[in-house]
Amino acid sequence: MIWNPKKESMSRDEMHSLQSARLHATVKRVYHNVPFYRKKMQELDLEPGDIQSIDDLSKLPFTTKQDLRDNYPFGLFAMPKSQIVRVHASTGTTGKSTVVAYSRKDIDIFSEVVTRALVSAGVTAEDVIQIAFGYGLFTGGLGLHYGAENLGATVVPISGGNTAKQIQLLQDFGSTVLACTPSYAAYLFEALQESGADAGALPLRVGIFGAEPWTPAMKAKIEEGLKIKAFDIYGLSEIIGPGVSVGCDAGEWLHISEDHFVPEIVDPTFLKPMSEGQTGELVFTTITKEAMPLLRYRTRDLSSLNYAPCECGRTNARMSKIYGRSDDMLIIRGVNIFPTQVESILLEIPEAKPHYQLVVDRQGSLDTLEVQVEIDDSYFSDELVELSKINKKIKHKIESVLGISVILKLVESKTIARSEGKAKRVIDNRQI
Amino acid sequence: MIIKQLSVFVQNEAGRLVKVTEILHDAAINISALSLAETEEYGVLRMIVSDTDKAAEVLRQSGYKVKIIDVICIVTPDVPGALSEKLKLLAAEKIDVIYMYGYSNDGKAHLVLKTSNPKRASELLL
Repeated sequence: MIWNPKKESMSRDEMHSLQSARLHATVKRVYHNVPFYRKKMQELDLEPGDIQSIDDLSKLPFTTKQDLRDNYPFGLFAMPKSQIVRVHASTGTTGKSTVVAYSRKDIDIFSEVVTRALVSAGVTAEDVIQIAFGYGLFTGGLGLHYGAENLGATVVPISGGNTAKQIQLLQDFGSTVLACTPSYAAYLFEALQESGADAGALPLRVGIFGAEPWTPAMKAKIEEGLKIKAFDIYGLSEIIGPGVSVGCDAGEWLHISEDHFVPEIVDPTFLKPMSEGQTGELVFTTITKEAMPLLRYRTRDLSSLNYAPCECGRTNARMSKIYGRSDDMLIIRGVNIFPTQVESILLEIPEAKPHYQLVVDRQGSLDTLEVQVEIDDSYFSDELVELSKINKKIKHKIESVLGISVILKLVESKTIARSEGKAKRVIDNRQI
Repeated sequence: MIIKQLSVFVQNEAGRLVKVTEILHDAAINISALSLAETEEYGVLRMIVSDTDKAAEVLRQSGYKVKIIDVICIVTPDVPGALSEKLKLLAAEKIDVIYMYGYSNDGKAHLVLKTSNPKRASELLL
């Protein structure tokens, strides 16, 4: 099903003209209303008139998370505060939090794109959707909420955490759709199993999971465990929140609401645009947002683009599942390592659970990578020889893929924190 | 005699062992025999307890990896050569001893053995 066929299935030519007109208007607005952008454009000797079409996009300056921090809290607003109806903010784990703003029309756009996402996942007005994304400053909860209400589904705004309650409501309310992070979905499944409940007997049929990278294998595992069809929802608060793109029935790509957010892929080191199909850093320009439009925002997410029409009937650009973060990328002894690589490997090893943590340290001048893995219950042996064999098997597999030696440590269950928000996968203790 | 042994995976970290014994204490479970096999990173705690199923359940609830396995328990006179005699019986039928632990007191030795064939081993060592 397609919620808005006019916008999701338009021809590439129509999309080009729509985007061009909207980009032109956006650039004009930020030039006049946001001193930060006026200054950046002046430094590049650019005037709004230089941006006539989407083909001029690469002339524009980039925006980074640091720019948002530098303009904390309201410096990038493009309209008076009286017209702003909501703000969201990041938790700011690595510094000052970043603030984003919405006008009434922005909230409508947010609802619209989330509704598109839900419909792409097969959700209808008949569904009961349990929203286990956090409500509050994080965009996940409220974003899904407005989209689901817009669709007319029955919303259960339970927010994140409180696993016992989640399970109770899944059973009592017969929720048919669950929206949360994939790691929380995996955690819920384990908790369901422990409570003795039969996950397959629940009416749950669709999962809308996002806010952290996950692998196709993890998706398969959640789908099999919870007996649901899982869809990837992608987004970031700077662009709007969840709903920037979403998976469909026809494959692993995510459809971008391209009439609102124009994607690019750039080389993360040299910031040069890359061509269709190449993997690089995903960059978005918002072309309809009023309160806080962003030009060429660097997401730090690694992905690739695909402009071919999709079997599902949509013609908008598609992005690959997020491969990793350009800033999560660990460089260990000169080798680039992504945490998701480790996850993929673990999912292929029945003896290991896909819960892991990477601890990077430096001993003398040598970087060390410790991989902490939980052993699957059914493979736990009380014979040290057997445990050591499992240890060696996992270590060998990881080393053969990563190409560097690792310290493999089998750990007790649940000592690897299952976060109810985003999973913390990497601890880097190096003092560089 | 075949008895049930409870094996628990524990990390080599201060306090981990205390935690396990506390959980068993809270569930009013008594430990009658115990051995800890350890490596650099982790260990396996092997115990004979008063209620194996209940102990396994409470530990699982706290997130521990546990396993219940069959081991055999024998009593020999506490004299030189007594153990060797028993082990010869097993060796004669090519039954491997994977690990064992025990103690002696009052002229008797009590031993717990994990073997490759608990059923046959217990018949031989009756």
